[in-house]
Amino acid sequence: MPSIHVKRGVFLPLLEGEEELIRKSVSGVLQEYEAAQENLIPILLQVQEMLGYLPGPAMEQIAAALKIPAVDVYGLATFYNQFRLHPPGKHQLKVCMGTACYMVGGRIALECFERRLGIKEGETTPGREFSLERVACVGCCTMAPVVVVDEQVEGKVTPTRVDGILLSFEKPAAPGAEAAGQKGEDAS
Amino acid sequence: MNGNAAAAVRERYRKLEADAAARIKAIYNGPVIRVGTATCGIAAGALPVKEAFARVVEEKGLPAKIIDVGCMGHCYAEPLVIISKPGFPSLCYGYLDEDLAARLVDDFLINDDPCYEFALVALEPNDVFPTFSDFPRGVYEQKIVLEHCGFIDPGDIDHYIARGGYGALAAALGKAPAGVLDTVKESHLRGRGGAGFPAGLKWEAAVKAGPGEKYVICNADEGDPGAFMDRGILESCPHQVIEGMLLCAYAVGAERGYFYIRAEYPLAVERVRRALEQAREKGLLGGAILGSGFNCELEIFQGSGAFVCGEATALVRSMEGKMGIPATRPPRLAQSGYRGRPTVLNNVKTFAYVPPIFNRGVEWFKSIGTDDNPGTAVFSLVGKVAHTGLVEVPMGTTLRQLIFEVGEGPANGKAFKAAQIGGPSGGCLPEAALDIPIDFDSLQEAGAIMGSGGLVVLDEDDCMVAIARYFLEFTQQESCGKCTFCRLGTKHMLDILTRITEGCGEPGDLEILEELAEDVRDGSLCNLGATAPNPVLTTLRYFRDEYEAHIFEKRCPALMCKELIVYYIEPQKCSKLCNVCVGSCPTEAIYTRDDGLKAIDQEKCVKCDNCLKTCPPDYNAVIKLSPPGLLTEKEGKKA
Repeated sequence: MPSIHVKRGVFLPLLEGEEELIRKSVSGVLQEYEAAQENLIPILLQVQEMLGYLPGPAMEQIAAALKIPAVDVYGLATFYNQFRLHPPGKHQLKVCMGTACYMVGGRIALECFERRLGIKEGETTPGREFSLERVACVGCCTMAPVVVVDEQVEGKVTPTRVDGILLSFEKPAAPGAEAAGQKGEDAS
Repeated sequence: MNGNAAAAVRERYRKLEADAAARIKAIYNGPVIRVGTATCGIAAGALPVKEAFARVVEEKGLPAKIIDVGCMGHCYAEPLVIISKPGFPSLCYGYLDEDLAARLVDDFLINDDPCYEFALVALEPNDVFPTFSDFPRGVYEQKIVLEHCGFIDPGDIDHYIARGGYGALAAALGKAPAGVLDTVKESHLRGRGGAGFPAGLKWEAAVKAGPGEKYVICNADEGDPGAFMDRGILESCPHQVIEGMLLCAYAVGAERGYFYIRAEYPLAVERVRRALEQAREKGLLGGAILGSGFNCELEIFQGSGAFVCGEATALVRSMEGKMGIPATRPPRLAQSGYRGRPTVLNNVKTFAYVPPIFNRGVEWFKSIGTDDNPGTAVFSLVGKVAHTGLVEVPMGTTLRQLIFEVGEGPANGKAFKAAQIGGPSGGCLPEAALDIPIDFDSLQEAGAIMGSGGLVVLDEDDCMVAIARYFLEFTQQESCGKCTFCRLGTKHMLDILTRITEGCGEPGDLEILEELAEDVRDGSLCNLGATAPNPVLTTLRYFRDEYEAHIFEKRCPALMCKELIVYYIEPQKCSKLCNVCVGSCPTEAIYTRDDGLKAIDQEKCVKCDNCLKTCPPDYNAVIKLSPPGLLTEKEGKKA
């Protein structure tokens, strides 16, 4: 079990066999880089790209390899917005909080997702089905408020649309939900 | 470098240019469809449009070529395409969808009907259709940095070379580095990252730091919400920035440089990476550039999302694998920067100005803009404005011209309220301040800053207290925590603003805010803290009455602050037969009364704005009331 605690509560428990996967992935990435602190950010970015997030054991392993305290790695991972300590859900919901989106109801959309999913932004539902994040401007200000569902940009997201988005995942037969439903099946 | 070597470099470049020009000319011998696929275009649906073109062109067996281009700046009309067909002017079409794509192929490419009813603008002067300069926007716009953006394929270096790209580098390599530095100094080019520090002086300081290893860094850590100029440039014309960096490296004697790009900009990273590869293949990057004795290698470093890393010393620390915390200056980066060596760090736009200055001369550059601020200003114009997008106007243009002529004013006939300029470090300027010219110094006097160029237009529906709170929340979260006032002062200010927007403001709050703002400004090491109070100070200066309405009347004049408004259905307007609002309510707060009219159960209402949006325009029965006390008055009348 990881010993590092994150901002909101502790890590979600690791899945079966995940620890082995983490160890392997991190070792692979570490081989590509010289063990210098200068490479810490590129290493973390690449590990996150492979695993989807930065689990505690990964950060500890990287710290040991670079011969720096684990807290330095954790400090970096929490300093920069790009790094996430929670595993991504099967479906990733990113609510844009750029100026334009904020002014026309981005917060309302975020609150709707929080209410429906029972999690706060930055968290993942216990079954790792959905993860909810706020992101800085995604550059689609003309379609505000914007939510990025998996890779798909949804514009003008009203509370009813929030329900619609979540509903489309419940019924895989519904149009448009198929591709999203198939994606990342092996994540659980 | 002796004369022979310089001639060899020129000769080698001439051959590159001739080959590229021939190749591009061959492409444009047939019909060409250019699809805008920068991030803004893709979000608006450019990829399905591109696929539709490809599909129809293949079905009909046409010789048309389909090319990816970047952002032309007219983001409001995305997805955009430009169709060039020999015998016709190149025409730009906006608001494309798959059906229109198929129709354009049929009517224009096959049947010679250019469908003028769908065309926005023609690129070349002609007798049949207006060009950019025939529109009010074209009168004000002058493109230096965005000159090629949206017209060339960022993934194919030949497009840039065929337009004379890398010519400035080839010419400069024939001169001594000191000559290159002198040109930049004479041009009075000011850094476009926000502070406006003269680029030539920065470069000179790095030269004076003596021989040895030096670095050039391009700051593309564009973190302001509402700003996307750097992203647009890197996605649309990366080679111009690369050429500018190489000129800088040559002038200061650096052999290595880095692009510091936000990891949130994956497409920009990909396009710059590809551009670097192609430049390397052509001998424009790496060892012995164009056969000269100049070596320079450029790499990409992905930033990981920390607003404070836009600050030079913090950026360098983050490249060294540490937390991005600013350090005291001096020493300036030009003396001791990355890895303790002299480092020149400039913004994307600053580097992009350098090649045109060399191509067209210092005098030309100085003839644009004002005496102290030569050149142009690039803005991302967003918010409640009709024509959002990337715009480039000469320095000295007024904000009024920019917003009302170029951007065509607020959308939907709403009244203009304020222009938020400079992102979280900038300020909100009211209508009365719109006649000040855009340049580094005038904006600062008005309380805002030029910043890197984010410009958000706000209208009557936007609450100035809420917008000040939004920006302060942003800086508060992004504060690195080094300086006490920035870390705690902004937190206290945020708490006060939150209280005010929630209707719990008290007399005296505004005075405390002003006092804290001064302390935060004076007690912070870097500009993140020093400018963090700007949004609050400018809104207090120009919109104090809104703050006072929140505090003393518990009323939000813009009807935006949730705690200070209630939703209400006007009985005289409500149609008994329509049930739209009932269905739209996520919390079942709307019910049908015994008389058939709809009403809102205030206990259940979460103020999501859905009923107001869905109520048909024929009725417009749902309204917002502020302060909430008005509700009893209304309901009293009804009963």
